Amino acid sequence: MLELFMHPFMIKALIVGVLIAVCCALLGVVLVLKQYSMIGDGLSHVGFGALSVAAVLNLSTPIYLSLPVVMVAAFFLLRITETSKVSADAAIAVISSSALAIGVFIASINGTNINLQQYMFGSILSVGESDLVISIVLSVFVIAMYFLFYNKIFAITFDEDFARATGIRTGVYNTVISLLTAITIVVGMRMLGTMLISALIIFPALTSMRLYRRFFTVIISSVVISVFCVVAGLFTSFTVSDIPVGATIVLFNLAVFLVFAVIAFVKNLLSKKIRK
Amino acid sequence: MSLLAVSDLCLGYEGKAVVRDISFTVNEGDYLCIIGENGSGKTTLIKGLLGLMSKYSGEILFSDDLEQSHIGYLSQHFKHKKDFPASVREVVMSGFLSRRRFGFGYSKAQYVEAHSVMEQVGIIELEKKIFSDLSGGQQQRVLLARALCATRRLILLDEPTSALDPIVTADFYSLLRKLSQDGVGVVMVSHDINSALRHATHILCLDDNSSFFGTTHEFVHSDQGRKFILSDCPCDDCTIIHNRGGIENA
Repeated sequence: MLELFMHPFMIKALIVGVLIAVCCALLGVVLVLKQYSMIGDGLSHVGFGALSVAAVLNLSTPIYLSLPVVMVAAFFLLRITETSKVSADAAIAVISSSALAIGVFIASINGTNINLQQYMFGSILSVGESDLVISIVLSVFVIAMYFLFYNKIFAITFDEDFARATGIRTGVYNTVISLLTAITIVVGMRMLGTMLISALIIFPALTSMRLYRRFFTVIISSVVISVFCVVAGLFTSFTVSDIPVGATIVLFNLAVFLVFAVIAFVKNLLSKKIRK
Repeated sequence: MSLLAVSDLCLGYEGKAVVRDISFTVNEGDYLCIIGENGSGKTTLIKGLLGLMSKYSGEILFSDDLEQSHIGYLSQHFKHKKDFPASVREVVMSGFLSRRRFGFGYSKAQYVEAHSVMEQVGIIELEKKIFSDLSGGQQQRVLLARALCATRRLILLDEPTSALDPIVTADFYSLLRKLSQDGVGVVMVSHDINSALRHATHILCLDDNSSFFGTTHEFVHSDQGRKFILSDCPCDDCTIIHNRGGIENA
């Protein structure tokens, strides 16, 4: 086990992974409860398209292109979700598959210097210095936001109309949350890959809601589950070689979800029996 | 001074006035019901009072110790999110938001106040329960408690009982009446005119041509009142007169 820490890339991956896990869990609870889960998925596909373009342009740090592109996309996806309630999921599906197609198309034409596999499913080795810096700044922001505005975040997530009536500028909060989600996804998708990063946003919240019924406990439990799965996934991926880390992390998330679901089921059964 | 004084208020969408020249006042302990046909601008008026839309003309004056964002508000149909993880206490406490700008938790005084509000609306035994486990009537009481945490002076309700069955509705109305007797100003939009007349002290009737504002008694005897009310005024003196009017109209 200790040999893991001899590798600088592993330490870097561990730090970035844990920080991204915390951000994903915190933002994920709000996104899932506001029924914005698809935004995360759409953004990762847009990120993939942007990374492909960046690779073709031979940018040394592709994140400088993908970050602003995904943030703009986040802003518009939120607008779509807020204004046209009926076709929001369709619009997001169209945008995300278009972005994915553009990415694959460009990557295939300029196949020489792009590792499609790595973009799709991520890699620990691709975690660079810039990811480290961005993820530290990002997680400080996200955690600070939850500490300072926890009550408001609850109110906006629970009942946006009431929050607006009490003078909270809900539009600002929604925009900030979607922009932070965009940054989280851009950094996280390098490690976990386009196809798998959205699981990191949705799974912890969904898993926690099997067993916990209070907003506060759901948030705490999501963070714990998320960090556990990322760390466990990293170790597994490192010891059992050749498995992309994204896959092991998502599988750990799935396993914890199933465990929680079974416990919730049994608990329900027992409480019904007791009532009888 | 009155809690809320509205004079010659005009509100609307895209240059078209929906609410025209409305004037009314709400004092402590008043229970004002806003009634009117569909599309007469009831919900628009509520939005205007909450500051969610800008007014064309007229004035909305709150008493000095009451800010617009401090009104307790209970919305028409709460978009019920199934399985939302939230305890009753978490929901009730979120009413304090308008009075607290930053921070993670709430102050001790606020916990004490929330406790007394929950006692007032009769949900103290639900404090530790999960919001989504409650019945519709209990949920509305919880949301009323949240509104009361925002202010103990003036609450605004937009058809709070539209999803409730008649018995629970009656309970809810008597609770509102009790609150208004305790000195809370209550402003409620309602479709249910009979209940409105039974409980409200004042009526604001929105109409395209002319709107009415006055006490419930005055309303029953007004021209607009006759348009809406089929039943008789409960007071002994006017039953006979009113009946005669009904026959003549028929």
